Amino acid sequence: MELDTVLMSRLLTALTLGFHIIFATIGVGVPLMISIAEFIGIRKKDPHYTMLARRWTRGFIITVAIGVVTGTAIGLQLSLVWPNFMQVAGNVIALPLFMEVFAFFFEAIFLGIYLYTWDRFKPFTHWLMSLPIVLGAGMSAVFITTVNGFMNTPDGFEVENGQFVAVNPIEAMLNAATPTKVFHVLSSAYLTAAALLAAIAAFMILKKKASDYHKKSLKLMMTMVFLFGALNVLAGDVSAKFLAEHQPEKLAAAEWHFETEEGADLILFGWLNDAHEVRGEIRIPNFLSFLAHGDFNAEVTGLEETPQEYWPPLWVHYMFDLMVMIGFALVGISLLFLVFSWFKRWNEHNRPLLWLIVASGPLAFLAIEFGWIYAEEGRQPWIIRGYMTVEEAATTSPYIGWMLLLFLGLYIVLGTACVVVLRKLFRNNPAEDELEKHYPGIEKGDHS
Amino acid sequence: MSYELIGIAVLWIFLYGYLIVASIDFGAGFFAFYAKITKKDHIVSQLISRYLSPVWEITNVFFVFFFVGVVGFFPDTAYYYGSALLVPASFAIVLLAIRGSFYAFENYGSKQSTVYLFLYGATGLLIPASLSVALTLSEGGFIVEENGAVRLQYLELFTSPLSWSIVALALVSVLFISATFLTFYANRANDQPALNLVRNYALFWSTPTIIAALTAFIFLSQHNERHFNNMMDLWWMLGLSVGFFMVAMWLLYSERNYGLAFVSVMLQFFFAFFAYGIGHYPYILDPYITIQEGATNPAMGIALVVAFLGGLVLLIPSLILVFRLFLFDADYVKGKK
Ligand code: HDD
Ligand code: HEM
Ligand code: HEM
Repeated sequence: MELDTVLMSRLLTALTLGFHIIFATIGVGVPLMISIAEFIGIRKKDPHYTMLARRWTRGFIITVAIGVVTGTAIGLQLSLVWPNFMQVAGNVIALPLFMEVFAFFFEAIFLGIYLYTWDRFKPFTHWLMSLPIVLGAGMSAVFITTVNGFMNTPDGFEVENGQFVAVNPIEAMLNAATPTKVFHVLSSAYLTAAALLAAIAAFMILKKKASDYHKKSLKLMMTMVFLFGALNVLAGDVSAKFLAEHQPEKLAAAEWHFETEEGADLILFGWLNDAHEVRGEIRIPNFLSFLAHGDFNAEVTGLEETPQEYWPPLWVHYMFDLMVMIGFALVGISLLFLVFSWFKRWNEHNRPLLWLIVASGPLAFLAIEFGWIYAEEGRQPWIIRGYMTVEEAATTSPYIGWMLLLFLGLYIVLGTACVVVLRKLFRNNPAEDELEKHYPGIEKGDHS
Repeated sequence: MSYELIGIAVLWIFLYGYLIVASIDFGAGFFAFYAKITKKDHIVSQLISRYLSPVWEITNVFFVFFFVGVVGFFPDTAYYYGSALLVPASFAIVLLAIRGSFYAFENYGSKQSTVYLFLYGATGLLIPASLSVALTLSEGGFIVEENGAVRLQYLELFTSPLSWSIVALALVSVLFISATFLTFYANRANDQPALNLVRNYALFWSTPTIIAALTAFIFLSQHNERHFNNMMDLWWMLGLSVGFFMVAMWLLYSERNYGLAFVSVMLQFFFAFFAYGIGHYPYILDPYITIQEGATNPAMGIALVVAFLGGLVLLIPSLILVFRLFLFDADYVKGKK
């Protein structure tokens, strides 16, 4: 029974976080896109871009609501499901959690203002109101990511008789994992938001006649996908270099790298036999050394140096591989689009390419999920690496299984309702009609 | 003042803030639903949504602030309340989640639907009822620690007159606070039909509020004598609370100065809430957590206080801006913007 409650606790946390992270990523990334579109609309005096910002905001507010309520759920669940963890960690890492709340306040306040002042403020003033939203959302990601960083590379305290003493909250916040994690989390959120909005535009072009409105949206968002996609690969690369130095067992588990060696190969996919030998893999010679240290002949620490009871589950290999594949695929697709639109004679709105772009939206979200599963499973069995295991941290309440069902039901209801509401919202009110209504006399049709 | 005292004071003030803004929100949900089934929705629904739409997310953050702050300043609360409250708090989360998201769906998404409105109205009463249980638990006797495991004694809780009287108090207070605020808001909007309706709600819910408060007070004296006696020592705060209640009633009856009436209600609850809180001192959870022993280490405590001050510098101007745009801008309130 003892182990069962732990398993249920893990599943409940994974479920809530896996659900929240979808909406949190939208919450972090989409405001930046809205702000950029509104700004371009003002600079170019082009109502198409202003309408983009307006319509994105309207969809965004629905997803924000779910982000907020699921975030509130996690915030409480941290104490409900992991009471021992919060009691101990609260002494060291409460600061960023507390500061995060101010970021929420800031974001929530200006979101309210932004939504209800489209026609009350001058365009430029209204655009200014979007900046605190971008900033507040970004900062809440930064703060929560420092907490997650702390769980991976705890810092800023000493242990005496099982108590955390000599606490330094700032050091705990700025732990070794923080810089690379923050970089990667932000870049991937912006990338994913752009991929989502590009996918919607591509889908509309496929379903209907290509209008200027959707073409402009697609071009802008594909540029963003390329930009943040490239930045994100860089961020992933420095994350791997961080792991090699500070959390080698996580990288080794992702790469099935058992023996410490120089000039290590990168392993893609494949499977393990009973003797922990890799079969059926694609091998890229010396690339693991490069990924880990930026040098093709560097030595990479293997799993053998970690006692086997502290090995993360080895299936995280697939999570890592899938995330990386998607990372390169997104950059590739966006590059293809940009090249096509660069050459006048090529049609960047051809169907295969559009379908690829439609796919990149869901793919980006999958990468987010794979990335988090990798990061969290790769820390196992620890909840605070080196100090407290997940098993020690969990609640002992026998009702946890029922709560898992309760929340599963909640997320099914919320997820379905969200999709239904969003479809209704935009189906009954196509962009063309709305443009016409707000800006009578605007030319429709396609000529680009 | 030591950091743990600053901490608890700040948290209590924010909890008070949540009490007011959330009551307005929860009560408005109930009134919106009630007006719908009594076919008066055309009178008030516009008024309610004009105020609530821009602020519901801010209301939620007050709550988040409180529980994140409590765990930050007093990590032991995570252990005791977290272990004991898994089930009731999970239900409260589900209610909050349904309420928040369906509010957004209805307001920004599709058309009005009675199902949404029912959910919205019903959760408006269920949530304060379930949240108020946390106050009951803090009185002690319901959460016990045996052999290193923390348990909530459901039977004691559900058969305790104290817990039911606190639930009743929470419900009627929510309706009273909300109705007084809406009276003020309707008056600002110059909306005479709505004003008459919500003013009647406010008058109606005033008497039950005072009766429920007295009942809860009497049951408290039976359950936790120390707390009761401490509150009796603060008789002047209780007196002020009753005094402001009278002022509010008088203003509502004589149909004037509704702004002042609402402020009086705020002060009524302020003094009662703080008499309750100060009387609770030094316990956060009787008898397991005290403010001194449950507090976090000094380094964290000071860091949190500094972060709080920094946060206020950001927060106060933004809040003033919101209030000016949506509460004190007569044209917006009247629906002209
Ligand atoms: C769109 C999403 C996305 C994409 C395309 C990628 N990642 Fe990623 N990755 C994440 C989204 C993400 C994430 C969700 O943001 C994670 C989970 C936890 C974290 O810190 O970031 C993450 C974690 C993560 C970690 C673990 C960091 C840690 O635990 O401290 C590494 C080493 C990488 N990534 C490396 C890469 C590489 C080399 C990529 C190559 C293209 C890549 N990621 C693409
Ligand atoms: C205070 C912060 C956090 C705590 C206490 C926490 C704790 C945990 C725990 C205990 C698990 C279960 C792991 C397992 O045993 O399988 C888990 C899984 C997970 N966490 Fe974290 N985590 C935190 C931060 C984050 C953050 C910031 C994210 C980002 C969204 C995140 C995403 C996930 C995901 C997606 C899983 C599921 C992985 C799986 O399938 O097991 N976590 N977390
Ligand atoms: C352990 C992990 C997490 C906790 C405890 C947590 C907590 C919360 C809470 C309490 C809220 C609601 C705030 C409100 O009332 O406005 C929220 C919303 C939010 N969270 Fe999370 N969160 C976690 C993971 C994450 C991650 C990993 C990110 C970003 C990468 C994130 C970004 C956001 C954003 C942007 C919002 C605002 C909602 C929106 O605007 O869409 N959160 N979170």
